[in-house]
This record gives sequence, structure tokens and C-alpha cells, in this order.
Amino acid sequence: MIEKADIVIIGGGVQGCSIAYNLAKRGQKNIVILEKDTVAHGASGRCGAGFRQQFGTEMNCILARDSVKIFEQLSDELEYDIELNQRGYLILAYTEKEVNQFRKNVELERSLDIPASLITPEEAREIVPCLNTEDVLAATYCPTDGNVNPLLTTFAYAEAAQRLGVKLYQFTEVQKIETDKHGIREVLTSRGRILTDTVVNAAGGHAREVGELAGVEIPVYAQRHQILVTEPVEPLWAPMLMSFSRNFYFQQLPHGSILGGYGDPEHEIIGHDTGTSWEFAATMAKKMTSLVPILSNVRMVRQWSGSYTMSPDSQPILGEHPQLERYYMSLGFSGHGFMLAPITGVMMAEYIMEGSTCLPIEKLNITRFERGELILEPSVV
Amino acid sequence: MDDNTIICRCEDVTWGEIRKQLDKGYMTLDEIKRITRAGMGPCQGKTCQRVLLHAIARYLNKRVEEIQISTYRPPTKPVPLGVLAGGQDD
Ligand SMILES: Cc1cc2nc3c(=O)[nH]c(=O)nc-3n(C[C@H](O)[C@H](O)[C@H](O)COP(=O)(O)OP(=O)(O)OC[C@H]3O[C@@H](n4cnc5c(N)ncnc54)[C@H](O)[C@@H]3O)c2cc1C
Ligand code: FES
Repeated sequence: MIEKADIVIIGGGVQGCSIAYNLAKRGQKNIVILEKDTVAHGASGRCGAGFRQQFGTEMNCILARDSVKIFEQLSDELEYDIELNQRGYLILAYTEKEVNQFRKNVELERSLDIPASLITPEEAREIVPCLNTEDVLAATYCPTDGNVNPLLTTFAYAEAAQRLGVKLYQFTEVQKIETDKHGIREVLTSRGRILTDTVVNAAGGHAREVGELAGVEIPVYAQRHQILVTEPVEPLWAPMLMSFSRNFYFQQLPHGSILGGYGDPEHEIIGHDTGTSWEFAATMAKKMTSLVPILSNVRMVRQWSGSYTMSPDSQPILGEHPQLERYYMSLGFSGHGFMLAPITGVMMAEYIMEGSTCLPIEKLNITRFERGELILEPSVV
Repeated sequence: MDDNTIICRCEDVTWGEIRKQLDKGYMTLDEIKRITRAGMGPCQGKTCQRVLLHAIARYLNKRVEEIQISTYRPPTKPVPLGVLAGGQDD
């Protein structure tokens, strides 16, 4: 292992790999990624990797929109087919409150050039003929939302970063970050030490612990989130189906399987558990078969889980830690950290190298919690 | 076994595709599965996992026990969603 680095990135998930790639692309040298397992072993390899631009705050709309722009050309840029699909997200409204919120969301989205629209249940059925629209009052649809293959995308970033000189050490766990009055001094790992004055915490579900390794507090925690997949079947419908009030998301992937889950913040295990429960499979199956009845005969083949990294407002924390100079963070993404990785990787690289960013980053600073300036995003699962 | 030998019949993955990833430095069964889809088909690796493990071990000059096998996504016995949901709806 090398003895010295200019920047040490902790975590080989999509965030760490995107940041490393974007730093190297801008000419930064001597970058190291440390990953305690293998690349994409964390949430990045376990997620649905759906991306949508339909949010309720201007900031999230812009971040998502600009991330999608990057996704659209990422296979070419990284020279790796990341299996991008833009088959839309159809988000269903079941309450008047939701309809009102969606009306506002669509107005905001359209003002930002996101091609979303508010549609009737009948129009929703034209897009998804097998959809049961009982109780559906309205829906929003954005045809340029979609999904990528999460594993291939993370590997694509990791390989492109390495081609630009980034060193990746897998099976290398960070165990301590030594500091002194000048800041960071070195990173101690299970395989030796690396002298550095700059660390990026991209440790996903372990972000709080990786804060503690440097003696800084980061108010996030990991919570289990489950997902299941069915056997592949013939093409049934195209977009992601999603609802906030009924709490589900599922879609048919290009090769035919149907993948989806729901959030259960009240009952799900807090911590790093990656087991699965029968209750989840049964509940998810109910949600799926009642919305798309022809799924009754389709068989589930696997279920698994990963961690959401939850922050107090379910929005990411980006930037430098106020208690430790050159200790950067890109974490706390809740359930939408994959889709943002292309743009947050760029922003973090700009921030670390130049101190300023193409899109405003200050709102996402960790100090917002102390200031009481939480980001109130109405449209998250 | 040559590059055209099909290792995973469900997902139609050849030894050549797997060897390419081993040459790039991927070395755990999880990684190989995730990239090539070998072992992720309807039989969930029942047919191909052993063959795959042995082929990887031989190619990397390692013992089979040294190859990291899958740590998550336990294969379940395929069950229709309608049964999971508690009986056919209507
Ligand atoms: C079931 C599920 C579905 C999801 N669906 C979506 C979706 O559709 N769209 C979307 O945008 N997002 C989704 N997400 C969220 C998304 O997966 C995450 O926000 C994103 O992957 C976070 O990436 P990351 O790189 O920050 O974290 P991770 O991918 O978790 O990477 C962190 C890495 O750090 C490593 N690490 C931790 N501690 C140490 C240490 N001490 N030393 C060295 N390495 C360490 C870990 O091993 C891990 O590989 C979903 C998440 C789950 C669990
Ligand atoms: S033969 Fe490989 S999954 Fe069935």
C-alpha cells in the first residue's frame, strides 16, 4: 500500500467512486479510495438505481435534472455500458393533499425544464394498461426519468477513476483517522497507514462511525431497507410505479424482472443489518398484486436489503466538517443517493479543489441542523 | 473449456465473458455475478455456481475455498406474488 496520498476517500460506493473520478478528471493527483469490502458492496450495489426529477424542492429538482444530463452521456464518458433506460416514473396520488402537492411540484418542475405533467387516472392507464387505478385521483409522469444498472455504474466510475491514476484498495478498512491541531495527519487502516491531510467520508451507512474515527460528530444513522425481485417475464409496462402515501415503488427492468420495495421507517431495523423479513415480502407482494393484478402468478426469486443513510431531514450532507479542516463529507442520502451521485461527485470535486461549485452547495452543509434550516422535501419515500 | 463455453445457461454467460472480468482484477463471486449476471437466472445458480467457482479458482490459481462467495441475496424458492400476498386476489 502507498504511504502518502493527497486525498483519501473512504468508501467504494457510487459516491466515493464518482468523487474520485471527478477529482482525477479535473487533474487532481494522488487520490486513494479505501473500501473495507469490494466496490458496490454497500447500498450502491443493493439499490434499485432508479432516477427521477420529480421532487418538491427547487434544489432537488435541479440536482436531479443535472444528474440525469450526466447519466445520459455517462456510458460514453466512462467507456462502459451502464444500461441506462429512460422509461419514465409514474407517481400516483391517492389523496387531495397529494394532488395539490403534485400540482405545485409539476409547476416547479416545468419552470426548470423538467418535462413532467399532471395526468388523469385514464391517462395513466394509457401509459400502463395493466394498472389498477382504483382510488387513484391523479398522477404525475415524467418520461425522461429512468434507471441504470447500479453495479455496472459503480464499477464504471471505479474503473474510469483508476485509468486516471486513482488507487483503489479493497478489503481495506479504515480504523482511525489521526488528527492534531493542524488538522488531519494520517489514516490508519487494516493494512497499514497512509499520510494525508484530506479525507472524504463517503462511507454510506457507516458514515457516523467514520466520523467518530476522526472524533467528529455526524448526525446520521443507518436503517435497513428491503427490496425484492421477480423472475423475468414478458414486457408488461414501462415506467417506474410509485406512491408516497401508499408507500411503494416498483418497475419492470429491461430484461423482464420486476424490482421494488417500500420504506418502513417505523419498523425497520436501525443499524447495519442486511437480513430480510417474510413480512416485507408478503406486504410488498400485496402492494404489487393489488396495483397490477396480473402479477399474481409472477414468482419472486430473491429478496435482499441494504442501508439507507438517514439524516435529520433525509437530505444529503455535503461539504467540509466545521470541527475538522479538510474532512469532507458526501453522505446521508436517504433513499436517493444513487441518482444524485453523478452531480454530487462533480460538486464535491469542485468544492475540494476550488472551494466553489457549479450548483449551490451551502444549503447542504452540515451546519444547517444547528441553524434549524432543515430542507423540507415533501416528495420522498 | 474455451471462451465460448457457456457457464451459466440461464443467463447465457460464456467463460470468455467471465475470464475478461477476472483479467480486469475482479476476483470474488459476487463481483463476477454482478457484472456478468452469471448465477442470477431463474435457477439462482443451482446449476452454474459450482462450475463457476471451480473455473474461477483454477484460473486464479487459488483453492476453491479462497474464492469469496456470495454474502447476500439469499436465493429463495420462487413463490408467486399472489401466494405471498395471501391468496389470489378476487
Ligand atoms: C433497497 C434500497 C433501494 C434503493 N433505491 C434507490 C433508488 O432507486 N435510487 C436512488 O437514487 N437511491 C436508492 N437507494 C439509496 C442508494 O443506494 C444510496 O443512497 C447510495 O447507494 C449511497 O451510496 P454511497 O456510496 O454513499 O454508500 P455505499 O454504497 O453504502 O458505499 C459506502 C461504502 O463504504 C464502505 N465503508 C464503510 N465504512 C468503511 C471503513 N471504515 N473503511 C473502508 N470502507 C468503508 C462500505 O463497505 C461501502 O462499500 C436505495 C437504497 C437501498 C438500500
Ligand atoms: S444456470 Fe446460472 S443461474 Fe441458472
